[in-house]
This record gives sequence, C-alpha cells and structure tokens, in this order.
Amino acid sequence: MTRDVAIVGFSQRQMKEFDGSPTCVELLVPIFQELWEQTGWTKTDIGFWCSGSSDYLAGRAFSFVSAVDAIGALPPVMESHVEMDAAWALYEAWVKIQTGLVDSALVYGFGKSSAGVLRRVLSLQMDPYTVTPLWADAVSLAAIQARAGLESGAFDESQMADVVARSMTDAASNDSAIRKGATTADDVLAQPLYADPLRRWDCAPVSDGASAMIITAADAPGFDKLKGNKAWITGFEHRVEPGALNSRDLKVSESTKSAGAAAGVDGVDLAELHAPFSHQELILKDALGLGDDVRINPSGGALTANPMFTAGLNRIGEAARQVWAGDSQRALAHATSGPALQQNLVLTMEARA
Amino acid sequence: MTELGTLHAPLQVEFDYTRSLGPTLSGFMTGLKRRQILGGVLSDGTVAVPPPEYDGTTFAPITELRPVADVGVVQSWAWVPEPVAGQPLDKPFAFAQIVLDGADKALLHAVAVDSAADIQTGMRVRAVWADEPVGAITDIRWFEAEGDSPATTPGPEGDAIEGIISPVKLAYDYAASPEESKFFRGLADGKLIGQRCPVCEKVYVPPRGACPVDGVPTTDEVEVADHGTITTFCIVNVPFTGQQIPIPYVSAYVLLDGADIAFLHLILGIDAADVRMGLRVKAVWKPRDEWGTTIANISHFEPTGEPDADYETYKVHL
Repeated sequence: MTRDVAIVGFSQRQMKEFDGSPTCVELLVPIFQELWEQTGWTKTDIGFWCSGSSDYLAGRAFSFVSAVDAIGALPPVMESHVEMDAAWALYEAWVKIQTGLVDSALVYGFGKSSAGVLRRVLSLQMDPYTVTPLWADAVSLAAIQARAGLESGAFDESQMADVVARSMTDAASNDSAIRKGATTADDVLAQPLYADPLRRWDCAPVSDGASAMIITAADAPGFDKLKGNKAWITGFEHRVEPGALNSRDLKVSESTKSAGAAAGVDGVDLAELHAPFSHQELILKDALGLGDDVRINPSGGALTANPMFTAGLNRIGEAARQVWAGDSQRALAHATSGPALQQNLVLTMEARA
Repeated sequence: MTELGTLHAPLQVEFDYTRSLGPTLSGFMTGLKRRQILGGVLSDGTVAVPPPEYDGTTFAPITELRPVADVGVVQSWAWVPEPVAGQPLDKPFAFAQIVLDGADKALLHAVAVDSAADIQTGMRVRAVWADEPVGAITDIRWFEAEGDSPATTPGPEGDAIEGIISPVKLAYDYAASPEESKFFRGLADGKLIGQRCPVCEKVYVPPRGACPVDGVPTTDEVEVADHGTITTFCIVNVPFTGQQIPIPYVSAYVLLDGADIAFLHLILGIDAADVRMGLRVKAVWKPRDEWGTTIANISHFEPTGEPDADYETYKVHL
C-alpha cells in the first residue's frame, strides 16, 4: 500500500555567482521563509529534513552540517543528507513517509559551483583507479557521448540546436534562469564549437543556487491547515548504470527507460528533464518515449541554469508549479546525477480535484 | 549589509588517497608497469579495457586477463579546448574512447593532436609510454596518431602492483559569508565582532549568518570582549602531519564575555596540566603591524590572573 503524498511547497534561488559562503546558509534562510509563507506551516509541522550537497563542491568538510543552521535545529530535528542532487534527498524523504515513520518532510539542496572549476571537480565522481587520475572532465565526457549519438545517427546537430533555442527562449520569462533570451536554432548553429562537437550553449552554465521543497502525506497532522495547491506524486523511481563508461551504451539511457517504465509515464502532458547538455534531452526524451505533444522544460531547464545538487530538485519543483497553476494535469520530472547520465530518477505527479 | 563585499581567499585542498587494488586491477596495473595493456575477458567472450572487477551480466569476478595491443581505433572523441590541472596534456588535446586491437570495449584516454581537425572517429592511435612506468593509468602518457614507430616492447616482469596513490589537488576561491567577512575585518581593527539573534538574543562569535536555534538571520552586530572563561579544553599530545605548535599544548573553548557560544583557540602561558574549566583568560594579540583579516592576529590566550569563574556562570554553555 502506498501513502498518498503531495508536493505542497517549492522555492529556489539560482545565480551565476553567489558572493558568499559555500554552506549557502544565507540562501537557505529566505528560501525556507518562502516555504512557510506558501504553505502556512512552520518548522514544527516538518517531520523530516533531508538535503543534497557535496563537500567537494564546497571545498569544506561537513558543509552540510553547517547548513543545518538554516533550519533552526533546536529542539533537535530528524535530519539526513545525500551526496547527490536533492532529488535523491526527496526520494529518501518520500520513502521515509511511506514507511510511516514520518508524515512530512522538507527537502533542500545547495551548491556553489563557482568556487572551483566545476567540470574538474566532477572528475572525482569517476572511477578513481583508471579515470580520475586523467582528470577526465564532465564536459569532455558529455562531448564523447554527444559524438557517439551524432555519428550513429541517433540525433543530429540541428535537433541539438533546437533544444538550446527552445530552452533559452522559454527561459526568457523565468526569473531564476541565468542564461536566457529568445534565440533561434540558426543563432545556435552560428556559434563556434567549444568542446567539439559541443558549443558553449549546448552545455549548462556553471551556476550557484539553492532550492527547497515540502512534501506531505495526505493524512499528516496539519494537512487541513495547508495553504495553496497540491501536486500528488503518482510514481517515483530511480535506476543506476555501471560506473565504467565502457560498460554502457552512451547513446541511450537504459536507466531512464526502466525508471520511467516503473514510475509510469503514460498520459503526461509536461516533462521537466534534467539535461545539463542539449543532446542529453534528446536521449532522455527517447528513453521515456515522450511524444511531440508533451511540453518539455517550459522553465528553460538545466541549459539555462544548472546549480549543482539542486537542478534535479528544481525540475520537480518547476513541474509541480505547472500542476499547481492548472497548466498540467499530469507531469513528469526527471533528475540525473553522475557522468553522462549515469543515474536517473523519474517522478510523476498529477492534479486532483 | 555587504557594502565592502565578502572577503575572498584562495584555498588549496590537497590529499593523497592510498588505494588498495583487488586482483583484477592489480593485474591491470602490474601489466602497465611493464608496458603491457591487459583486458578482462567477459562472460560473452568480449574483452574490456580497463578490465571491470565483475562481469556486468553474470556478476562473476573477472579472473582472465588477456594482453591486447597498445594501438587501436578511436571510437568517439571530444576536443578539450581549455585543459584543467592534472590532465595528461597542458595544451588543447582530445579525450577519446579507444578500442585497442584485441579488445572490444573502449579505454578512455587522451590523444595528443594539434587541433580538432587532426582527429576523427576511426583514426588509429598508439600509446606513448612514460619513461619509467610505476603501475598506474598515467603510465600511458597519451595516445598519438599511429605512425611508423615500432611496436612497444614490454619491459621485464616486476613485483605485483597491489596499491596506487591518487593525489587530489583542488583549488577554490573561498568566500566568507557576509557575517564572517565583518568578523575578519573586525579582527584587522583589533575587535571581536559577533552577531545577535533577533529572536533568542544569543550572541554568536564567530557569527554564523543564521541562528541555529531559530533559523533566522542574525542581524545585529555586537562587539564582545577579548577575554573570557575556559568552558572546556583538550590537551594535544599526539603529533600529526602539519602540526605547528610543540606538544603538549591546550586547545580550549573560550566563552568570551558578552558571547553565548564558545570560541576555539590556543592556550599558552600556563602549564598544560594546570589548565582547568573556569580559568579566566585574555587574548594575546600579535604586534599590530602583523595584523591582517585573520584569526591569527590573536597569537593565543593566556591566564588573566583573576579568580576562576563560578561554574554557574558558564554551565549552560557547555
């Protein structure tokens, strides 16, 4: 039996460079305040707190512990952390609610990518024996993936440019986006190659940011006093592929396919896909079997802002906002973690009368 | 609030991971030390380089290693226009997946070419070896276009490689928070600046940006005294790498007068054995011309000579 759980609050900040500490406490405090205003709840209504962040990104040991200051953790709270995108922290929280141990959760993520060289820091996610010693960077690995797809005919350069142009154009009205503005595919193709076969606009901008979300079971105490709308979670799954790049077919995303099948993608009218590189959206769309009638990334997606450890949670939050606004009846959100789409998570949600 | 902006400083994080190798990777690294590349034979008969420790289908350990050539074919590649520290080349190059002759699954490594126009999928490349291989993936310095150079001759069999050391060096621009920046700037003026929580009115030194009890920004700036009471302490007797103070020495929490959270610093001017809870201490500042925006402006704390503080005055701060 599954407990009915809804997404009831979401707040975010995204920026090119955050002039502050790597713990991002300064960002989290106002974000939490927004959640209290949205929901009418206070911290005493929250049963569980879970965060996603990385000490490697912060350059500081136990950075997530300092971030707990933003909660106001006295009396003590039940708290946990994942060294992954906060979308996985949301999964942990959802499971905890399903067990019946807690009824509600506040999930948050934060990352200050601008403190180091992001594509280099991410090399530490690789096999430490045969890949990290070469400092194989995240952009190069994505470019190898893109070329494998391009040369196999799985997709072409103009499709990638279409993804970029649509994302930047859609993001024009998104206050959170940091690379945006109406653009055409021809504009994109006129840009020089950077990490051949990728142009800079094919790669998500390095971004700092934080975001937070509240989810709750329908039978939670205090549910009746909640303000605002609900987006009900109908499916929630994640899958992982081998760490060894040569064990995977980079042109496809088997883990997204199986996570999507398990979460149930039928009938979705909107999808927020976490694709930090343009070609990855094409791989994800194919893996999920999304038709052309499904709106993809009306927020602009990760190509317009990709704060590490929150960009996946942001996809879930952006999809929830569309459901709250009545602009989607059934939405899908996807998050990725690891190199070249190694790990993938799919959440589906719906509006209910 | 941050008219001056936050303080920034370069931060270098360095550490070596010493990693043991299982039997499969031990065989692979031992091969590299003698300039020989070994692939793992998978359950379907195909050969993967580097060898995985377990078969992805049967999950059985990979036990059979087979020599493959150090020449092969580029399967996919990426141009690296701006190499980052630690990469095999410090000028633009390509990363590529290379299927070596005799193998079926690709090795990721660098290819040295002058421009993106000089590499394409299907190109044949040859390994360029380090002069003195040590048993690490970096024994292959990079690959380059296969020319007329003779095939590599493996070196003599050496002792098995059972571990590797992976150095990690990371460089950051470290930014203090706005509140910490005020604290550090205060130190440059010989002041200790804390922040007061508007809800519980507790004073935090160093300031924290948010009250950990109430979860609200700490907005009010407060100057506190440079003397206070030792609440708890430890005597360091253990030598460790990078230690700058002769042992034994005392690290103590000092509750500065006017603050509600203890402050960690070094205690000198008293025998370590005589340090105690309740001891009254004062900051010993370095000469003014040595001050910067750093806690090191305070050399250490030493006893004031006052009578010990009553336990009741600091018991809630332990």
